[in-house]
Amino acid sequence: MSEDADRELRVSKIRDGTVIDHVPGGNALKVLSILGIDGSGGETVSIGMNVPSGELGKKDIVKVEGRELSQDEVDVISLIAPMATINIVRDFEVEEKHRVDRPDRVTGVFTCPNANCISTAGEPVESVFDVLDEGVRCAYCDTIVREDIAAHVG
Amino acid sequence: MRHDHLISAKQLSRDDIETVLDRAAAIDGGEVTPETDGVLGLLFFEPSTRTKMSFDAAMKRLGGNTVDMGSVESSSVKKGETLADTVRVVSGYADALVLRHPSEGAAKLASEFVDVPLINAGDGAGQHPTQTLLDLYTMRENAGLDDLTVGIMGDLKYGRTVHSLASALTNFDARQHFVSPESLRLPRSVRYDLHEAGAQVREHTDLDAILPELDVLYVTRIQRERFPDENEYRQVAGEYRIDAETLEAAREDLVVMHPLPRVDEIAPEVDATTHAKYFEQAHNGVPVRMALLDLLLKSGGEGDE
Repeated sequence: MSEDADRELRVSKIRDGTVIDHVPGGNALKVLSILGIDGSGGETVSIGMNVPSGELGKKDIVKVEGRELSQDEVDVISLIAPMATINIVRDFEVEEKHRVDRPDRVTGVFTCPNANCISTAGEPVESVFDVLDEGVRCAYCDTIVREDIAAHVG
Repeated sequence: MRHDHLISAKQLSRDDIETVLDRAAAIDGGEVTPETDGVLGLLFFEPSTRTKMSFDAAMKRLGGNTVDMGSVESSSVKKGETLADTVRVVSGYADALVLRHPSEGAAKLASEFVDVPLINAGDGAGQHPTQTLLDLYTMRENAGLDDLTVGIMGDLKYGRTVHSLASALTNFDARQHFVSPESLRLPRSVRYDLHEAGAQVREHTDLDAILPELDVLYVTRIQRERFPDENEYRQVAGEYRIDAETLEAAREDLVVMHPLPRVDEIAPEVDATTHAKYFEQAHNGVPVRMALLDLLLKSGGEGDE
């Protein structure tokens, strides 16, 4: 058994669903937030946090039982986890393996850090951010977020 | 113009700008007399004198009429109505809307809920594109719009007129010098757009070094209310004041502009000099807004001029 596989076992195997690997250490809960998973939907979720990783130093792993992520969901994860790999698991086997791609625009994922932005004022709209080469930009007030994008999920 | 709405100066191409300015000049010179029987909805969620009155005057000079939401205190907004609902309702009463709002992005949001043209008349520290059109009109009348060296001084961080002007000037052959205290530099988003547009931009904390080069000096108020510490404000405010002595180092044909209101950043003695164009600039608001309304109402948001 390879070292990587051994580390995988720190988080239990799933029968059907999605494994999101190579998430920067400490960001697993942000990934769940992006996916809108807060436990109320009944999904079974396993998380490994700050697992040693050759590429990232420390990485998180998120395993979601019974749910296959769409490409759109995967792409949004790319903004906080550009190195993430997505494994679709069926009957305990990895059936598909994807890399994440940066989308042009994300809706309803981030909260604008500008306290005076209309998108945070209780209006009937979701947040919309355009994705830049480095960071994201609020489509309402133009505020650019470059550092610690994950802190603005939610 | 092909825009349904005017939200940001970033929407405006050089052709768009010249179309509005040419129309405004024709109206100003009495060469054309456009008419409308339309109704303009005035939605001003924060105080405004020049912008509101000039839109009101412009629409009435076109032969149209205005409906006015009045003050926030006397409207349904006070009862907690969302902006989205307010504009949806008023868009049923009017052929076009003008919105002034204290929050950044308000005009963009409002435009998503209406079918009539919506004009941003200032959204927080965001944008003020119609001010920019009258600024450009004034510049064109007094200095031209190409091969221009423009100094923009004051509160560059929160000054929405500055953000719109800087963006619009990227359509022209203009060198832009930004002068402000370090704490009131241009926001990251505006610097990003200028960089993306390939604009010739330099930032300074002191006017002296570049004043002799300038064709236009655009002064804005340093907003006392933005400073957490009154002493900090006092330290910088005095340094960004223009008076007759300051202007001795300037070119004779320097054009001094200001979106108004001013407090003490331009001494009254400057008013009598040939440099002062800020009252002319304010007067230009009416023909420019007449031209814009004429174009938007005629296009119905779909056509072309």
